[in-house]
This record gives sequence, structure tokens and C-alpha cells, in this order.
Amino acid sequence: MSEKKKDELLHDHNNDGVNRRGFLKCMAWAGTGALCVMQGGVLKSYSLSRLSELNTAEAKGELSFVQISDSHMGFNKPANPDVAGTLKAAVDKINGLTAAPEFMLHTGDISHLSKPEEFDTVDQILKSAKPKDVFYVPGEHDVLNDDGKQFLERYGKGSKGAGWYSFDKKGVHFMGLVNVMNLKAGGLGTLGHEQLEWMEDDVKHLKHSTPIVVFAHIPLWSVYPEWGWGTDDSAQALAYLKKFGSVTVLNGHIHQTMQKVEGNVTFHTAASTAFPQPQPGKADSPGPMKVPAEQLRSVLGITDVNYVQGQHALAVVDSSLA
Amino acid sequence: MRRSVSIAGLAAALLLGTLGFGTGQKSYVASAQEKTSTMEVKIDNFSFGPVELTVPVGTTVTWTNRDDIPHTVVSTDKVFKSKVLDTDEKFSYTFSKAATYPYFCSIHPKMTGKVIVQ
Repeated sequence: MSEKKKDELLHDHNNDGVNRRGFLKCMAWAGTGALCVMQGGVLKSYSLSRLSELNTAEAKGELSFVQISDSHMGFNKPANPDVAGTLKAAVDKINGLTAAPEFMLHTGDISHLSKPEEFDTVDQILKSAKPKDVFYVPGEHDVLNDDGKQFLERYGKGSKGAGWYSFDKKGVHFMGLVNVMNLKAGGLGTLGHEQLEWMEDDVKHLKHSTPIVVFAHIPLWSVYPEWGWGTDDSAQALAYLKKFGSVTVLNGHIHQTMQKVEGNVTFHTAASTAFPQPQPGKADSPGPMKVPAEQLRSVLGITDVNYVQGQHALAVVDSSLA
Repeated sequence: MRRSVSIAGLAAALLLGTLGFGTGQKSYVASAQEKTSTMEVKIDNFSFGPVELTVPVGTTVTWTNRDDIPHTVVSTDKVFKSKVLDTDEKFSYTFSKAATYPYFCSIHPKMTGKVIVQ
């Protein structure tokens, strides 16, 4: 930790020991495998190779969970002919975490073509993950041909509308949103009036100090509208969350990690477990990006999220599958 | 809204093309003389090509998805709707009425196109 001095925070707007620079510095570790944990107001980062030296409480905080995304089971093109293999590698990565996450979030595009056997394969592979609970939201690839009927039957028990729901874990309020239904020509992702009304009602009675985690497939911030990487009515959704001190928004869809901090809201997109997509505007289209086979796992990954009570921001850490 | 273009007037269509008719987007005008009853639209790189297609009444248009990602072809006015098209899969629709048919990919709604039937 001789680097520690250099990592000291220059600005700390949230008074939680994390400023943008400090966070990004920590994020920069992620590609090589690191775990960041909020403790005593200080964001600590550990190389994954040192994790065994840490005790569980230190590595975990109060709540630890993992986000996986965009498994695209059924995809078999050159960008990744073995998406089952890389999803298994993601599960191995999760099972290798020192502090076992309590549950998983899957932020959609479970399947590539909404075929029953694709969902079955993912379900089978995820059974070998240590965390047994998985909370899903659909991607556009999960609701093809049947307006999401099959998705709801498989994953939507107890959900409302097209599959949105909320739940609480250790004082953190989680909201799973659906922004891949009823898409309009020329538009972006959409939440729709009914879901927005539900959102407003769902958070009405929560204390402002309640940490909020929102997860949905398409980014809820404008990443690159030219490629449809945004949600038309996300501003309205975020307006309902303004009063909260800590809001973490987790998305998938763009098959690459990206982060933005805006006031008390941290936006984060997870890598895919299947194939990478180009950086915004860096290719003719957002189609699958072919990288040399030996590099593929370095551009796929999982996202580990840790929450320590009393701190504002949740620590979001990406690990590649390499 | 749209001026009607004489289907016999290929020259007129070309002239309109020169004048920037179609707001600079790729367009194709099929003339009656070609006697074509089938036209193709290719889906490449998350776009329809040609993005605008003008055909005589009775023409069958076939869309082919050449991307590594599935797409759909859905009429904005709910006139036609394909199933999801995986790589190299096709969808055809025969236009029996003169009208303008805007359409899009319901999975990637930024992808839009138009068939003008005259």
C-alpha cells in the first residue's frame, strides 16, 4: 500500500471518502482484478491476489452482491462461439470471490433469441453459482415474439406490469425496472407511464437516507443515443430519486463497463459475459466486436457491488474473466 | 404530404434525386418498365438499405438480415410485422395498396426505413 498517499482524495463532496478521482483510480484497478470496499469513510482497494489475506467482514461490508449481464445464450457467431463457456467462467469468478455475494442481479439479454432452451441453459449454469438467489430484468432479446410472456412466466413471479418490482436487503432498497418493451420507432429505451407511476409510489414512503439501487437493461443515462444507448423517459424516473442521498444505477446492454457520477447518483454499466461491443461511435454499428480469441475473456466480466452501512456510495467493482 | 411521382417517370425521379428529394438519404425508385415484382432490402450494420424504397403496387419486398444480431421489420402503422430475424433470415411482404409505409426494427428502434408504394 505504498501507493496510498498518492490515492488520497482531493475533493470529497459526499463526505464519504470517495471523490470521482479516487473512485476512478480504484476502477482502473478493476481490469487487472481488484476489490474495492467502503470502510470507515475510506474506499480501499485490494488486488485480487491479496484477497486471501483479508478477513471476510473486511472484504464484504454489510452487503455484497454481484451483477452479471448480457449472457446472450444461443449466440454462436465469431465474436464468441462459446457463450456457455464464458458464462461458466463468470460463475467460477463469482464462486472464487472471498466473500460470497448474497445474491446476483442479471440485467438482461439472458438469451439471444428468447428460445426456451436458451433460458434453460442459463438457468442450469447459474445453478452452480454459490449465490442461489438471482433477480432478473429483461433485455430486448428476452422478450422477442411474445411481448415478454415467457420471460414473465420464468422470472417475473410477484412482479408488476412488464416485470418490474422492488425488494429490500439489509436496508438497501432495490428496484428492478423494465425499459425494453413497446419501443417506439426512432426512439430509445422506454419505461412508460405505468411503470413511472409505480416508481413514484414505491419510493414515496422511504427515508431519504435509504440507499437505492436501480437496475435495468438499457442504460438510464444518455450513453450514446445515436446507437439507442439511453432511455427516453429516464429523467422522470431519476427525478423521483432526487431526495435520496445514495442512488446506484446498474445497467447492461452496451457490453462494456462505463461509469458516470452525477451528484448522489452513480451510473454504471456492466460488461457482458458473452461478447464485447465497440466504444460509442468507434465503429459503423454497435454490433458484436471480434477480438483475438486469447483476448476475449479480458473484455468480458462480472461486477461486484459492496455496501457498507453509513456510507453514501456503494463500491462497484468490475472484474474481467481473464 | 408527399408529392406523388409518376411511376413511368424514371427521369423525373432521377431529377428529384438530383434536387435532393429524400433529404439526402439513400433511396431507390423502381420504375414500372422494370416489371419487377420483388425488391430487396438488406439489413447491414444496424441499418436498412435502401432506407427508402419506392415500388409499384403489387411489389413484394424481401428484407434480409445480414447482421450478427437479430432484427425485426415492423410497420409503424401496424400493417406488417416480421418475427425476429436471425442472421440471414428473411421476411417478405406484398404491398397491394398505394401508400407510404414507415417501418422500424422493434428491437433497435433507432433503425427506421420507409416503403413508398405507388
